[in-house]
Amino acid sequence: MSDTFTMDSPQPRLLDQTGQGVIGTPMNRPDGPRKVSGQACYTADAVTEGVAHGVLVRSTISRGRVTGMDLASVMSIDGVIDVITDPRMIRNPAQGMAGEAPVQPGDAVHYHGQPIALVVAESFEAARDAAQRLTVHYETEEASVTPEGTSASETDDPETAGDFDAAWQAAEVKVDLNFTTPSQAAAAMEPHAAIAEWKDNSVTVHSSLQMIRFNKKELADTLGIDPSQVRILAPFVGGGFGSKLGLGPEAVAAAIASQRLGRPVRVVMTRQNVFDCVLRRSETAQRVRLGATQDGRITAISHDDTVSNLDGEGFSEPVSQASQFLYGADGLSFTQTVARIAATPAGSVRAPGEAVGMLGLEAAMDELAERLGMDPVELRLKNLPDKHPMDGREYSTRRLADCLREGAENFGWAQRGAAGMRREGDWMIGMGMASAARSSMLVKSASRVRLTGDRAVVETDMTDIGTGTYAILAQITAEMLGLSPERVEVRLGDSDLPGASGSGGSFGANSAGSSTFLAARKIRRRIADLLGCAEDDLTLQGGRARGLNRDMALADLVQEELEAEATIKAGKTAESHFSSGFGAHFAEVAVNEWTGEVRVRRMLSVMSMGRILNEKTARSQALGGMIWGIGAALTEEMQNDQRDGHVVTRDLANYHVPSHADVPGDMQVLFLEERDDWANPIQTKGIGELGISGAGAAVLNAIAHATGHRVYDFPALPDRVIAAMEVEI
Amino acid sequence: MKTTLTVNGTQHEVGHDPRRTLLDTLRDDLGLTGTKKGCDHGQCGACTVLLNGERVNSCLCLTAMHDGDEITTIEGIGAPERLSALQRAFVERDGFQCGYCTPGQIMSATAMLKEIAEGSPSYVSDDLDAPKLSDGEMAERMSGNLCRCSAYPLIREAIAMAAEVKE
Repeated sequence: MSDTFTMDSPQPRLLDQTGQGVIGTPMNRPDGPRKVSGQACYTADAVTEGVAHGVLVRSTISRGRVTGMDLASVMSIDGVIDVITDPRMIRNPAQGMAGEAPVQPGDAVHYHGQPIALVVAESFEAARDAAQRLTVHYETEEASVTPEGTSASETDDPETAGDFDAAWQAAEVKVDLNFTTPSQAAAAMEPHAAIAEWKDNSVTVHSSLQMIRFNKKELADTLGIDPSQVRILAPFVGGGFGSKLGLGPEAVAAAIASQRLGRPVRVVMTRQNVFDCVLRRSETAQRVRLGATQDGRITAISHDDTVSNLDGEGFSEPVSQASQFLYGADGLSFTQTVARIAATPAGSVRAPGEAVGMLGLEAAMDELAERLGMDPVELRLKNLPDKHPMDGREYSTRRLADCLREGAENFGWAQRGAAGMRREGDWMIGMGMASAARSSMLVKSASRVRLTGDRAVVETDMTDIGTGTYAILAQITAEMLGLSPERVEVRLGDSDLPGASGSGGSFGANSAGSSTFLAARKIRRRIADLLGCAEDDLTLQGGRARGLNRDMALADLVQEELEAEATIKAGKTAESHFSSGFGAHFAEVAVNEWTGEVRVRRMLSVMSMGRILNEKTARSQALGGMIWGIGAALTEEMQNDQRDGHVVTRDLANYHVPSHADVPGDMQVLFLEERDDWANPIQTKGIGELGISGAGAAVLNAIAHATGHRVYDFPALPDRVIAAMEVEI
Repeated sequence: MKTTLTVNGTQHEVGHDPRRTLLDTLRDDLGLTGTKKGCDHGQCGACTVLLNGERVNSCLCLTAMHDGDEITTIEGIGAPERLSALQRAFVERDGFQCGYCTPGQIMSATAMLKEIAEGSPSYVSDDLDAPKLSDGEMAERMSGNLCRCSAYPLIREAIAMAAEVKE
């Protein structure tokens, strides 16, 4: 039985009262030994007897209709079983938390690279060969494939607070800057994959997905069956970063093919499929206007943007999200335009909004500081608002000022000096900084905890996409029940288990962590009953229960299994208080005078993100985000052909994610202690996305400091750096 | 067609499609799924194995070309209950997150340590005759192994830690 706890009031810090002492510690991941030995079972590894292999066929037009396929052109290939088209197939992955079928286009083609059929064969080689050879006939239509070229766009009413126009007019010092960022790919190392098998009237699908509770509904709705007929398994997910939030075409195709052929079918996207049809991060065009008084008080903030997406997709990259709550002003205004284009649809990629919006905002802040003749750290410290500037909510906790000061101190910011002055041979050296901010959420989530003796099991359909869920749920449960974490088994990624928030939006630990905490808390109460004491008098530690002069081993006390399920959801605290992680990024770069090459020499990020549940996995998440920032600043750029929109950079040799050589060894993370009582009963904030938010801007600002020149079109590729250096100032 | 391979010390005769890659043979014919497919084009390194002691991208190897060869996969390095020093260091230093690229990183690092020990220089070596294991050397030599979770600094800490244990 699961009753629901609603987060209506600040919660006491029980995890600071318990005595086991494992919460927050840098415990190794319990799933680590399996991962380093190749024993962790990812989707494509779960091969069963008699499996057939499917390869998706992509459209090679940008808009129109499939009028026919020459099946004879491939059915003669040895091993080919079937070429499947089906009205239930989907155009693209579901958006995060959709919970319903994505667009099912039938024979319509809406973008170049759209999956239009599945070839199934006895071998992968035969299926791949046939998918490439299949002759498809189309009726083509005209289509706009670039935001600049389309006439179909929607502009929202501005979101405002105060009077921006008046504040802008009156501002003594102004910057009015335009920035662009390209489309980016999540590019998780594990390609999207599914293995489907039907038994009776139910389908079991292994698929690499982040949000099982939603994905189950999406698949049921797509296939036109009841959710009770669907089971989804994702015990290990090889990275997601948003790209696996929603059910994908490979899972639907595998399910349909398996039903039709009466045998298990595996569909693994080729890396090229992944670039073609998995949701990308939209390109952005941003205009940032900041106005201030002579002494550096910001009076006007405006951040307008244009992003793109395909028709029928509700998502639009929330570019100005952080600009709306990071700094205060007398007048603020934010306007978004969504251009409708016939290209790979856009969706959530790690820190949608902040990841690219903060590149513009924080680069503009840097330039404003320059105009004011102020230190960039000082400018930020001077402009921290008392309340959320747009809606007046209180900040739950915000240690941004501490992060800025600690960061400056630890990084050696005082040695920065004037722009363009430090050289080492052909290399110009510079330092840059930026604020970090990423709003934090609580999403409805359920967990079950079972305890027999001194062994506990946690069960939830939550996923671990590398984030450390296996570790932190074991730690929370161990802490609450006074157990060594090795005595806690965590079962994840199975839709038969209680439905969690899933992994996304940095809310996984907040949400699934809290529901696990609440379920474990119920078990604590039951233990107190067994021991005959009040919960407040109970101490659970080292596998023993103590209270009111009794002291018993759990192994003796809990002879019959105790089971409890709990659900949490957001409530009134989310309306009264705004929760966000905050931090400060600092970077030092070297820019080659002749080649324009940029090398990041060191980075430091100081972050306050609520209670840290596991210092080790939290640090990994933070570092990962910072390195994504390096990628966004320097190398990552998805390019589409300007004629038909097809993805040109559709493999890892052409889409440049950071590699070892792009990342210095000197990457430091400092966490500042914090408890967010308004956020959830475990006092956490999201971690997975704060690291990227603003990180790239610190690198870009360091380039400006090194060279005395700014790049406005990101990433700062060598040719753009050289062009910037040739601009007379 | 048929090819004989010795994998982790065990000889196998596999029947296969001529187009079969060593990666797919290992994964789908021999059930050694620890070796991962990330790109199938030699761009990510997730499929790294040792071929007669040298690291290779197994997705770029056709099975048919390796008759009689000796292959070592992650399964041949160490199981969960008896991990190698390098595997233990990866766990200790959190040199991974999602874990998908990890077998490739570990296979690549295993060979890289041997390459440095044998005095094989890289593009960044200060001393071409006797390269030393530095962070810069590791960054250069491990750049064929992508990690999108971006555990890079921790991967290199883990490798350095394991190298110290060995010395």
